[in-house]
Amino acid sequence: MEEEKKIRVIIAKPGLDGHDRGAKIVARALRDAGMEVIYMGLRNTPEQIVETAIQEDVDVIGLSILSGAHMALVPRVLELLKENGVEDKIVLVGGIIPKVDEEKLKEMGVAEIFGPGTPTDKIVEFIRQRVGEIRKR
Amino acid sequence: MDEDDVSVLVASLLRGDRRALARLITLVENRPRLRDRIMSLIYPYTGNAYVIGITGSPGSGKSTLVDKLTGELRTRGKTVGIIAIDPTSPFTGGAILGDRIRMLSKSTDEGVFIRSMSTRGSLGGLSRAAYDAIALLDAFGKDFVIVETVGTGQAEVDIVDAAYTSIVVVTPDMGDEIQAIKAGILEIADIFVVNKADLENVEATVMALQMMLDLSDKGDWRPPIIKTVATKGVGIKELLDAIERHRAYICETDRIEKMHYKRSKVRILEIVRSKLMDKLIRELENSGELDRIVKCVVEKKMDPYSAADEILRKLDKK
Repeated sequence: MEEEKKIRVIIAKPGLDGHDRGAKIVARALRDAGMEVIYMGLRNTPEQIVETAIQEDVDVIGLSILSGAHMALVPRVLELLKENGVEDKIVLVGGIIPKVDEEKLKEMGVAEIFGPGTPTDKIVEFIRQRVGEIRKR
Repeated sequence: MDEDDVSVLVASLLRGDRRALARLITLVENRPRLRDRIMSLIYPYTGNAYVIGITGSPGSGKSTLVDKLTGELRTRGKTVGIIAIDPTSPFTGGAILGDRIRMLSKSTDEGVFIRSMSTRGSLGGLSRAAYDAIALLDAFGKDFVIVETVGTGQAEVDIVDAAYTSIVVVTPDMGDEIQAIKAGILEIADIFVVNKADLENVEATVMALQMMLDLSDKGDWRPPIIKTVATKGVGIKELLDAIERHRAYICETDRIEKMHYKRSKVRILEIVRSKLMDKLIRELENSGELDRIVKCVVEKKMDPYSAADEILRKLDKK
């Protein structure tokens, strides 16, 4: 019997802010939607995040940032992914990201940005749809 | 993804490509048909890694202990693969795998590969794919593979079939829980760790374990009890020394060969059982036979045992 492959997601908090409430809520919502969530806790470096994404062979990398350092941290993660030849992962960002930066991050390769107040259903649905598209290829 | 792609991936793994290793673990977890092919290609390259199992209650400090033990192995020049297993929610099929939080410093060490797995509804604590993941890490060339499982229920017994040295972690604040675990766990532990040994009641916990050991018959290996404070790295060297002593003990006679024989047998039968069940259930469901028999039982025309016998008789005819 060919089982359907479980969707695997990393939830990480790059940088130094300690506000992990949002990350935890998203992690639980994804688990409740039947996904396997590798929860990395606080203060991850981009290097740790990318290496974890490789070893865990995840479909999605979720980055939660509330420190304001997103324009330094997110591009670094994307760069490291490219350096390691990893191109099939969906990168999502959650947290407080100003509109002007949203556009720039998306241009760099972030699939979507979810700000405060986003219903978790919307995140689940987005992940399912995108992962489905990638797997069909 | 087909069989040719799989051969390419396996060749990459054998060359030391960690991305190929990661992808192959995903495949053995999810794609039974490819898994069979992968495992037959990999098998000749396995048998070099020493497998250590670590189990204990949630919160006993297993992940921190694994992190520190890995650090000690690295200073002794060994490479390490880690499989951290957490339970799958029986209600949603999802899981939160959080063991890596305690191992972040090892994430970027080239000599360490960590993979989180969920139990995915397997009855034992070790998912079936965990055995295959161990083999993949072994073929990848890791000197040691550490398997970490939560010890609640059947898990700690299963680990025995995968590990050469099984470590059971207890803490001084467990109180009477020690009594509760002794039934299954005492038999499987080759080494006991009393972690959080800076708490009160350490000596009482050690004594309780000693007394249990006095009453049990574990042959000529008496499991040592090692006190650790994993968060501070205390007792880790002693733990690794104890592991090496146990390794020497099982390798010194033909114990390890007997272990291999017994495990191979269990493993083969387990695979036969699962393949047979899958095939049977598929046939019964496709033919509508299962539905018919279930309805008979529901309508009290047949009891469940007779129903099972009727299904087994069909097997005999083949």
